[in-house]
Amino acid sequence: MIAIIKYNAGNTQSVAFALDRLGIHYKITDNTEEILSAEKVIFPGVGEASTAMKYLQDKNLDQLLPQLKQPVLGICLGMQLMCRFSEENSTKCLDIFDLTVKRFEATQTAKVPHTGWNNLTQTKGWLGPQFENTFVYFVHSYYVPVNPYTVAQTDYIVPFSAAMEKDNFFAAQFHPEKSAEVGEMVIKQFLKIKK
Amino acid sequence: MLTKRIIPCLDVKDGRTVKGINFKELRDAGDPVALGALYAQQGADELVFLDISATDEERKTFAELVKEIAAECTIPFTVGGGIKIIQDVERLLKAGADKVTINSSAVKNPDLINQLAREFGSQCIVLAIDARNVGDYWLVHTHGGKKETEKELFSWAREGELRGAGEILFTSMNHDGTKNGFAINALKELSKTVTVPIIASGGAGQMSHFVDVFKEGNADAALAASVFHFGEISLPDLKAYLRKNDVEVRD
Repeated sequence: MIAIIKYNAGNTQSVAFALDRLGIHYKITDNTEEILSAEKVIFPGVGEASTAMKYLQDKNLDQLLPQLKQPVLGICLGMQLMCRFSEENSTKCLDIFDLTVKRFEATQTAKVPHTGWNNLTQTKGWLGPQFENTFVYFVHSYYVPVNPYTVAQTDYIVPFSAAMEKDNFFAAQFHPEKSAEVGEMVIKQFLKIKK
Repeated sequence: MLTKRIIPCLDVKDGRTVKGINFKELRDAGDPVALGALYAQQGADELVFLDISATDEERKTFAELVKEIAAECTIPFTVGGGIKIIQDVERLLKAGADKVTINSSAVKNPDLINQLAREFGSQCIVLAIDARNVGDYWLVHTHGGKKETEKELFSWAREGELRGAGEILFTSMNHDGTKNGFAINALKELSKTVTVPIIASGGAGQMSHFVDVFKEGNADAALAASVFHFGEISLPDLKAYLRKNDVEVRD
């Protein structure tokens, strides 16, 4: 069974629908036992960092998530919350990745939030090389700089981490659940990961 | 490279897709769920569903419809129409919408933008602005273009951004329904005024209009309805045409 972490994330339903379309069995839950016993865990996220962290703290999920041993996929804000600290309202996060989430600075030609379809480059790790130059959907104002855990990059104002990997923790800044066929392939790729 | 977005817009009333020509005349263009899925398959980058229902009873139907759309739709979609309070947005996002547009209610109560951005994040709050060019000014209109306000397009867009809107959807009432092209000069000016992405709306008639709106108007996305609904422009043809004219789009 796949556990989708239940909290105030905006895209929970979209992630669930994406799994429905793939015929995957899942449960949306904040129950410790159910999360611990899940084969894989998806940690969605759309919203604001400090509000999301507060919600996780209220449910003790901030303690549980970093201790999980099965494959965990953080999506968008979920990926950012897996980092140590976010510049979004100076929020202390889960510290799974010892990284700081930074804010994009808009330029004359580049708007913030980074909204729309952009391509993945230097894809490796859990994504593998087949995602090189595929287009996926992004919408975010904060980003994780390129770092040793980066397994896919995207260029917008600066090159940033489009996907990451560390031990059993996997992450995507883009929205696989909203990225048409490519997104479905990304979800399948995560589901294929052997523990 | 971030690509330019093509967004078919579906006006919905009683569970059916309609398109208002200059906000008045309505023509039926099919089932919104099926039409949305078809557009996604043909390469639409996002979809917008606008609820143009007049009554509360019809609005309840729309929330149900959003759930059906979300179950089928593999690309992001925005919903709007008649959103007044925070609970309206919560219901639509929970049903599976990715973003919401607010228009009249934001003009009436600008603080709604702040509240929504704080609660759900700027990324899902699209400020829709309908404006008409009158002499030197672009006057903002509400209630589907029926009511003139004292607000002016550029200052209102800037205020909306500062209050937390994550995108601006600008419809030129002068251009909407004419099929003579987008409001290029106003869009160019708007692009200098705000730092959030701009969705251009109103006036699409030919494929060259989309090249102009991206290259001259500096829009980040272009929205159109009837040219897609009635098969005058096909999405794959439009994407190929844009690519040929050096506008980066997704395959």
